[in-house]
Amino acid sequence: MRLTSEEVDHIALLSRLDLSPAERERAATELSQILDHFEQLKQLDTADVPPTEHVLPVVNVLRADESRPGLPREGVLQNAPEHAGGMFQVPRVVEAE
Amino acid sequence: MSLSQLSAYQIAQQVQSKKASCREVVDDFLGRIEAVEERVKAFVTVTGDEARRRADMLDRRLASGEDIGALGGVPIAVKDALCTRGVKTTCSSKMLENFVPPYDAHVVERLAVDGAITVGKANMDEFAMGSSTENSAFFPTRNPWDLERVPGGSSGGSTAAVAALEAPLALGSDTGGSIRQPAAYCGCVGLKPTYGLVSRYGLIAFASSLDQIGPIANDVRDCALLLQSIAGHDRRDTTSINRSLPKYLDALTGNIRGLKVGVPQEFFAQGVQGYVSDAVHKAIDKMAELGAEVVEVSMPSTEYALATYYIIAPSEASSNLARYDGVQYGLRVHEMGDDIVQMYSKTRVKGFGHEVQHRIMIGTHALSSGFYDAYYLKAQKVRTLIRRDFEAAFQKCDVLATPTAPTVAFKLGENANDPFAMKLADVCTIPVNMAGLPAISLPCGFHEKMPIGLQLIGNLLDESTLLRAAHAYEQATDWHTQRAVL
Repeated sequence: MRLTSEEVDHIALLSRLDLSPAERERAATELSQILDHFEQLKQLDTADVPPTEHVLPVVNVLRADESRPGLPREGVLQNAPEHAGGMFQVPRVVEAE
Repeated sequence: MSLSQLSAYQIAQQVQSKKASCREVVDDFLGRIEAVEERVKAFVTVTGDEARRRADMLDRRLASGEDIGALGGVPIAVKDALCTRGVKTTCSSKMLENFVPPYDAHVVERLAVDGAITVGKANMDEFAMGSSTENSAFFPTRNPWDLERVPGGSSGGSTAAVAALEAPLALGSDTGGSIRQPAAYCGCVGLKPTYGLVSRYGLIAFASSLDQIGPIANDVRDCALLLQSIAGHDRRDTTSINRSLPKYLDALTGNIRGLKVGVPQEFFAQGVQGYVSDAVHKAIDKMAELGAEVVEVSMPSTEYALATYYIIAPSEASSNLARYDGVQYGLRVHEMGDDIVQMYSKTRVKGFGHEVQHRIMIGTHALSSGFYDAYYLKAQKVRTLIRRDFEAAFQKCDVLATPTAPTVAFKLGENANDPFAMKLADVCTIPVNMAGLPAISLPCGFHEKMPIGLQLIGNLLDESTLLRAAHAYEQATDWHTQRAVL
């Protein structure tokens, strides 16, 4: 079943992808194809099957709540597209009153 | 004989016995890279200067009587999905084109401790999504056996480097077959360890419940040698298994008398070509000749693995790749007046290639409100069925023998317009990641002068038996001694 253009717009927004109209059209076709392929799984009755959470029988991994040295601030900021005053710089998120 | 013709094991011996210096070894391999790299294009970055400096440092330590480690002086290619401190790590993506990690991945630290020398960062499909290395944002890598063909993927640069003798060892990562399938296409030996055996700290994440780092080499012994170096507990990866490790080299006894080899018919369907099936069955016959007992097993859920994978892996990827937003590292596209959501969305559409965007959208949809139960939860339930098939099979046998890939390496561009044919390349490897099991691919024949891969699958944490079986078969044949001519 083909996804509607509203559905594709919603997926693109959730994915944070600024797709052009042509890319949206292509996404509609390709996503619809793969979703059709997923229909195959409906053939299997999984009502009583637990989902896999982990392939090995592991339990919560805990560690002592101790401070340890982390990366130095300049190391953390060296790849930032923009930074100022030792912080990552981003566009304004909260509008002024 | 050139040093670059030797195995990693032999190189380490030469260095230890001072028949060759680390610098001689490194110069020899850098010369080989110089000679063939223009045609093969295995590397995004060649780290020649760093490699020479490190070789000289190791030679000085050796001269002062120090033990420089089991991989002392051995060159290695490292997949560009693994963080290397001070060396650009791109994941073959425009998003990370200029990313220089401030830390080393756990496996890179381990290599340094054991004396290995990184000669370069290997090309890959962008964010490890693909089966041909054609999805690299920079350039495709070529198959050393036939430059018109792909090396497989996503660890195509790593395997091509080993097949072209640009390095005797390489590290790859495997989410649905990304070590084993290119190993098969390039005539190498590639091993995906049990989930949790090797720490993923510093591996740029694709699908966290499936990703594993593993060794690529030209023979089983070298694979075991590299596995020994990288395996083991690391507290920085909470899925890392904490238990004592066997000595993998000791497992290579050459004896598989009484070993039970399971053959699941379902792995010989779904597009597996006759020539692949024949070569794999001949390999199974050879193992029987060596005293192994062959048993038929049935794994009926196998045919659902591909669809299951294409829900689970993109779902986890959509979550992992949410971090690429133009804030902390990587590309930022920000035009005057854009708000933060516009900045995220322009950055991501510019930084990610088509396949990565496609999978992010599949995963985002599969996890979104109203669809979670039908897709992600359903897939995780089917995953349980796939695991149960393996559990039942391992009641009857010690290892499973299957093809690694349904065909030999295809031509560049051949599957570009047929995404389903491309995905089918992983049909025999994907079920193994679903169950977290270890598996190895090794050469078992040729078709049209291209290598064919035999996949052996082991039980959880039983890499020793897997390596023993692979080594015994390898030593009884001469496939692994054949090299691509460049």
